[in-house]
Order: sequence, then C-alpha cells, then structure tokens
Amino acid sequence: MSLQLFFFYLFSTITVASAFMVIASRNPVHSVLFLILAFVNAAGIFLLAGAEFLAMILIVVYVGAVAVLFLFVVMMLDIDFAELKKGILQYMPIGFLIGIVLFLELALVAGSWVILPEVASSSVLPIDDTISNTRALGQVLYTRYVYLFQGAAIILLVAMIGAIVLTLHHRKNVKRQDIIEQVARDPKTAIDVVKVKSGQGLNG
Amino acid sequence: MEFFLSALDYLLGIPFLGWGENVGFIYKGLLLLVALLIFVAYFLLADRKIWAAVQMRRGPNLVGIFGLFQSFADMLKFVFKEPVIPAGSDKFVFLLAPFVTVMLALAAWAVIPLDYGWALADINVGILYIFAISSLGVYGIIMGGWASNSKYAFLGALRSAAQMVSYEVSIGFVIVTVLLLVGSLNLTDIVVAQSEMGLAYVLGVPWMNFLNWFWLPLFPMFIIFFISLLAETNRPPFDLPEAESELVAGFMVEYGSTPYMMFMLGEYVAIVLMCSLTTILFLGGWAAPLEIAPFTWIPGAVWFILKVWLVFFMVSMVKAFVPRYRYDQLMRLGWKVFLPISIFMIFVVALVLQLTGWGWHGGLGGLA
Amino acid sequence: MRILQFLNSLLLKEFVAAFFLSMKYFFAPKATIYYPFEKGHVSPRFRGEHALRRYANGEERCIACKLCEAICPAQAITIEAGPSKEGVRRTTRYDIDMTKCIYCGFCQEACPVDAIVEGPNFEYATETREELFYDKAKLLDNGDRWEREIAQNLSLDAPYR
Repeated sequence: MSLQLFFFYLFSTITVASAFMVIASRNPVHSVLFLILAFVNAAGIFLLAGAEFLAMILIVVYVGAVAVLFLFVVMMLDIDFAELKKGILQYMPIGFLIGIVLFLELALVAGSWVILPEVASSSVLPIDDTISNTRALGQVLYTRYVYLFQGAAIILLVAMIGAIVLTLHHRKNVKRQDIIEQVARDPKTAIDVVKVKSGQGLNG
Repeated sequence: MEFFLSALDYLLGIPFLGWGENVGFIYKGLLLLVALLIFVAYFLLADRKIWAAVQMRRGPNLVGIFGLFQSFADMLKFVFKEPVIPAGSDKFVFLLAPFVTVMLALAAWAVIPLDYGWALADINVGILYIFAISSLGVYGIIMGGWASNSKYAFLGALRSAAQMVSYEVSIGFVIVTVLLLVGSLNLTDIVVAQSEMGLAYVLGVPWMNFLNWFWLPLFPMFIIFFISLLAETNRPPFDLPEAESELVAGFMVEYGSTPYMMFMLGEYVAIVLMCSLTTILFLGGWAAPLEIAPFTWIPGAVWFILKVWLVFFMVSMVKAFVPRYRYDQLMRLGWKVFLPISIFMIFVVALVLQLTGWGWHGGLGGLA
Repeated sequence: MRILQFLNSLLLKEFVAAFFLSMKYFFAPKATIYYPFEKGHVSPRFRGEHALRRYANGEERCIACKLCEAICPAQAITIEAGPSKEGVRRTTRYDIDMTKCIYCGFCQEACPVDAIVEGPNFEYATETREELFYDKAKLLDNGDRWEREIAQNLSLDAPYR
C-alpha cells in the first residue's frame, strides 16, 4: 500500500507541477510539452486507481493524437509574447473569477466524496471487481448507454464532416491526379496503333 | 522504511538470500534489455546485408567475420565522436529528443511475451499499452526536428507527425479486428487464442497450426498492418521524414555522435517491436507452425525469434525494391484506402462473429 | 476490369513479383570485389599518377622542351631548364601540382621522348595537401618504381598508335 501511495504522490506532484509549467513557461512549445507530461502522469494516476483502460486511452487519444496536433499548430505559430501579455491586467479579474468557480466546483465534487462516502457506493452502476475494467466499460457503454454512445459518435461524425465541408473547396481548371485511372492504364488503353498510308496522313 | 524495503524487494529481491518472494524485476528487465540490444545490433547488420545483397553488393564485411561486429564498431565510433549542438537550438529539448525516442521504444518491450509467461509484465491491456507507447514515439521526432532550429529538420518533423497520426488510425482498426476474434486485450491471450481455434480445426487437421493463425482469416488486415508498420516506423517506402533526396536526413540533420546513435537505436528497436507485434497478432507468437514431434521440441522463444526475423526480412526487402512514396500518395493510402478497408473489415468480422458465434471463449483474467 | 485491378492491388501482385525479382538478385553473384585485397582490371591506357622516366642507362629522358608545360590545360606543370652536369639541356625543376591536374593525358601525348607518362598507379592519397605538390625527385622516383608496368603498358598500346 505504501508503494502505491508513493507513486500516487509522485504522479500527482509531477502532474500539478507540469500543469503549472504549462501556464508559466515562456515558450509555447515548452508549454505543450509540459501538457503532455501532465497527461502522461494523469494516466499514471488512472493506472493506480485500477482504471488501466482509461489510462491507455488517455495516452492514445490525448497524447498520441490531440497533443501532436497541438504541437503541430504551436510550432508553426510565431507568437509575440510581449504583445500577448499587454492585456494581462485587463483580463486578470475575469480569469481569476473563472478560476475560483472551477476550483469551488472541483472542491464540491471531491468534498462530497469525503463528506458522504455513500455517494460512491450508491452510484447507478456498482463496480464489479470480478471482471476486467475494459469489459466492465464495454458492458455499460454498449448495453445501458448504447443510444447515448451512438448519439455522441454521430455528433462527432457530423462535426467532422462539417469541418471538411467548410474547408474543402474544389477549384476549377485544376488538373487532379486520378491514381486508380493511372494505375489501370495498360498498352491497350494508352497506345493507339494506326496504319498511316504514305502521302495521306491521319486525316485521309 | 517499510515502503523502501518493499520497493527494493520488488526490484532487487534475491530469493536465495531469503529476502522476499519476488525474483528481482530488475534482473529480468536487464536481461531483456541486453538481449534486445544485441539482437538489434544484428538486425541492423542484417538490414544492411540484405539491402546490399539485393543490389549485388556485399555489405559490411571487414569488422569480424562477415562483418559480424560492424554494429559494435559503429557504436564505438558514434560514442567517441563529439556531439555538435547547433547554435540557436533549444539545447534541452534537442538532447531530450533522442532519449525520448529510445526510452519509449524500449518501454514497449515490457509487455511482449516471448514465450508463454515470459512477458516482463503480462498486463490486461497489453495491446493498448503497446499502441499507446508507439503513438508516443512521434514525440522524439517532433521534438528533435523542432529543437534543431533547422528548416530541413522541421519539415521532417512535420511530415513525421502527420504520417504517424494517419497510420496509427489504420493500425488501431487492424488491432480492433484481432480483438474482436480474441475478446481480450492481453497479448498472451491473443497468442493462445490463435492456436485454439481456426481453419485447421475446421479442416480436421488441428496439428497444422499455421493454418490457425490470424494471418489467414484476416489476410487483408495482415497486409494493411504490415504496410502500416512500415509507415509507423518511418521505413522505406514511407521514410519521408528523413527522405535524403529532399530533406537531407529530415529530423536528424543536425544530429551526430551519440544522440544520432540513440535515434537510430530507437528506430530499430521500434521496428523490431512492430515485427514482434505482427508475430503476436498474426503469426501465432511462440507457437510452432506444425504441432508434431520435431517442431514442438524447439522452445517457443526460438519460434518467436524466427518469426520476428521472417517479418524483419520482409521489412528489409521492401526497402530494397519499393520506391519511396510521394507525400500526398502516402496520405491518400492511409486515409482513402486503408481506413475504409479496415472499417469495412471490422463490420465484416463483427457480422460473421455475431452470426456464427465463432471466436475465442477461453482465457485469463476471469473472462467468460 | 476494375475488380481485377482491385484484387491485384489488394493481394499485392506487383509487390510479390518485385519480391521474387529481388530475391533473384539476392542470390546472384556479387558485382563488387574486396577492394583493398582484390583489385579490378586496369587498362593499359589508364591515366594515373605521373612519373618521369629514364633511359636504360639511367639517363633522364626529359629534354626540357616544355611542350607538356605549354599544352597543360590546367597549367599544373612548371619547368625550368638549364645545363646538366654533362653540359646538355635538362630540367633543373619539374613540378606538377597534382591538385590542379585533371588527368587529361595531354602531357604524355605531347612528350616527344616519352619522358612524362601517367602510370597505372591510382592509390596515392595523402594526408596533407602539400604532399600532392610533386617535384622532380618525386616524379623520377615514381618513374623508377613503376618503370616495368609503364614500359609494358606502352608496348601494349603501341600497335594502336
């Protein structure tokens, strides 16, 4: 148990520290790299909680895909920090307010856990220790919540198609490569053998 | 204090000193690491030799007999060279990048089962773990490319990021089809399942084990996985991040000496990892191809290594005879060819399993 | 047609064909040789490192006519003439800057007495640039060292001149 506790403190300290560095570091690329570190350590905490499926999915989706795109965009940007920091005092109060609201909500969630331990056990779907949590997640997602799950998937699909439709525009008069057509070419379709009589040319 | 003792016991526990029950995790890890590094040295040599042979050259042949010590000589050369850190680079990230590459490539090996029960950590979500770690591999490349403060390196890094993200999707779907058949994310389960059901049983010749393995029922996925692994590890014909004819050496332009060696090492460890993953998912892992006397005498780990060599041989041959893809062709292949085919195959496999009730129903971890 | 093409690309027909083709070359005899231990054939007309030859009695062939200096397109040759010990016209200085030389062979074509020749030697890499500024002593030394091969190459090439 003490080993677990040690790892919990290790992961959570690094998570909090790197989360702080995300907003504190001057270089935006460093910020994203710290964000990745925070993600990975959060995955570590998930692992400690016995949610290995969530941990791996967190890494695959957020670190492996989303953060790569983040990094992609941030590396291309030429950010002038002096410019960005100009309005910092102006936005400080509202940022502070949002921060406090967020903090209070989190404290409420965590606090209810401590104040009313029954909340955890009285959840709609009790945790079944006999099956692996991958299977447990699947059993819930694909039976009880299958419509909600599929609905979420459809919303994401629509969003994706919408983004493509908004950005895709076919310009006219631009030659495009049709690879299938190109690969399908053979001597029969590519070459036309014509017997030309002398003195007459092709028109004759 | 108790915590330190238990941690030490877990890592270093020595049974014959009567100090706990754990056979030191660290010894097994070190053994695997050393074996892996020596194997990788020879995979590197084999790669060069195979490529040379196809081009009717001899390849490295002066260091040791048949050049057997070439990789070690190269390693010494790299280690004794002076690392050059370009001006204007982000020094910390620049040096961190090769470490990230190597560490991630090595970390994934923790769950690979070389034989029944030989995995360093036989975790429930083994395949997801490998998938997660290999999706992190791109960071070494992006960080290296960005920190070099060079246009070539940066372009290489950008290409690499887009390429690896695209091909991870199809690798993920290929893995999903295998998971549908097995019903478990555990790598040992996946291997065991391949020997306990399949075409050989249907035909009534259960000893012809190689007919059982998933390469046959999932043949299109096997091919897609093989091609995607080439793209995922930046091997030719998908080595656009380091395309020497356009980007000199891509993200590795500014690297030399030990950091460069670590990049190369990480790359080859990742290639061997993907070859082992192919072996585990499609070629029956440590199982013998024929379940009859002379074949079953050979230990499973040997079969595993032989199969990894076979896949690596193909990977190496592809480098010799397939021309490099253009970047838009690479993207087209990933998104417009592999993605639809693999999604379609998931539907087909799920439908067949649902209609016939086939699939594997044994297993570890209390799976019903 | 389309279906056939789809199957071809799905089953990697061309890939498999290419694999077997390259396997053929995989086992084909190697085209390369073990260079430092094994050397390829060198033509008698090969134009390699320069050498100044002597007659059989040890007398220098070069008569300091400076034709080679005049024809050298890279202006790599520098000659100064003067009387020898016997009082005949000979070179007092014969330098070739090997870093300038383009190995065109005009010097040996121009030479009326076959004194300057380009020998069969091609392995004379040096560690410093200075070592490539050949003087008369070095060139005569080369001539003495390679005389047998040079004479043989000249006689082999003679019927075609």
